[in-house]
Amino acid sequence: MNLKQTPLYEEHQKLGATFVNFAGWEMPIQYKGIVEEHLKVRSAVGLFDVSHMGEIEIHGAGASDFCQKVTCNDITKLKPGKVQYTAILNEDGGMIDDCTVYMFHPEHFMFVINASRKENVLNWLYMQQVDQVEIRDRSQDYALIAVQGPESSNIVSDLIARDVQTITYYEFQVCNVFDQAIIVSRTGYTGEDGFEIYIPISIVKNVWKALLELGQSKGIAPIGLGARDTLRLEMGYRLYGNDMSEKTTPLEAGLSWIVDLHKGSFTGHHALKDQLEKSDFAKVRGLVFLEKGIPRPGYEVFENDEKIGFVTSGTYSPTLKKGIALAHIKTKSKIGSIVQVDVRGKKYNAKITKTPFVEGSVKK
Amino acid sequence: MEIPDNLRYTKEHEWVEFDPKNKTAKIGITEYAQDKLGDIVHIDLPEEGDTFNAHDTFGSVESVKAVSDIYTPISGKVLEVNETVLDGPEMINEDPYSEGWMVMLSVKDTSELESLMDASAYEAYLEELE
Repeated sequence: MNLKQTPLYEEHQKLGATFVNFAGWEMPIQYKGIVEEHLKVRSAVGLFDVSHMGEIEIHGAGASDFCQKVTCNDITKLKPGKVQYTAILNEDGGMIDDCTVYMFHPEHFMFVINASRKENVLNWLYMQQVDQVEIRDRSQDYALIAVQGPESSNIVSDLIARDVQTITYYEFQVCNVFDQAIIVSRTGYTGEDGFEIYIPISIVKNVWKALLELGQSKGIAPIGLGARDTLRLEMGYRLYGNDMSEKTTPLEAGLSWIVDLHKGSFTGHHALKDQLEKSDFAKVRGLVFLEKGIPRPGYEVFENDEKIGFVTSGTYSPTLKKGIALAHIKTKSKIGSIVQVDVRGKKYNAKITKTPFVEGSVKK
Repeated sequence: MEIPDNLRYTKEHEWVEFDPKNKTAKIGITEYAQDKLGDIVHIDLPEEGDTFNAHDTFGSVESVKAVSDIYTPISGKVLEVNETVLDGPEMINEDPYSEGWMVMLSVKDTSELESLMDASAYEAYLEELE
């Protein structure tokens, strides 16, 4: 299989990255080491190439209604310049993808979706397309760099020669850099204060190098997908393919806060309403290990010797120095209850915990 | 990449340091193995007194990314377990051939050592892999 490469591939090579196949893309998994990179983002600032993500624009007089129909969160809460976390569902309420939606104006939105889900999302949107709605796949036009960490705002301010404090959490602005328009969004997947910057391919190398240079005095470092995963998991952020699938509803994924059943009809609405009325379903919840050991996806979870589900994401938390997991479990037990995780034949005690597992610097 | 001459190696990237006088062997993983694994954050090792046949799984080593089994290169009984790496598994990254050893066995059958690679054979094996 031919792996796709981002326009920054050579920069990663020069920085000593090791690569991994991620959703058909040859992406840096680490440069210096996952733990070091993880702690760099928590304590200072890191730079991520996440250009594999997909961008799909929705245009036209029907754009607003269309976005409202194909997502489960309430799009009317968005204003121009604001971002919303939401999900695209099938008729059964299963998740086609989780995504963010950017509102430029009432006739122009942008969905940012997972690389692995691009074809499925596009096909599903085309199937629901109506008059006065235009769907444009812009994934080839945009590279995406994330600047994440408590020091990120100074660096991004320097890049765009403007104070980024005017952009608050889950807001974005279009700025000019190297004579091109870039989208600077105060969002991220790490729990730290940070930015995701959508950049035309032609200038992305310049922006990457400029950010590394501007961040030098703050100790900026490039960060691979390995640390991206441990950072997101410490925050309890769900990952599509692990914690979510076409067979999982957002309610089961523990994302009821992005479901608005009162906003009117949307794809998957009936299924979610039925599920909520029955209220008897397995949910993704946080687990912290009480013993030395590391949970991994697929490990089974037990309560009073009864199997109640399985781990969907698990890792070693570099901040807590403990095993942490998201697990899809069916239990009425409250936060603080003890369950057991079968780690390769040995049962380890773990505590059901609220997420996030750690506090980030993100300014909500 | 460091490959000490005095050790014997397996295709699974374990090393064996044999002490002919006491017929004991220290076992660990190679520089190559720790580099491929990345940051090692947890290991499972057997108890003192456990006995193993060659190629048995005797524990596991976990990096942030993944878990890998470790195999006994030779048959024997566990005399000692390195408590230092149980408490601080990062020692395996820092010093895989010395402070990062894992277990010491009393060797049951010294002829099994013959089937293991010497340093130059292991070096050639690594070149094949790359």
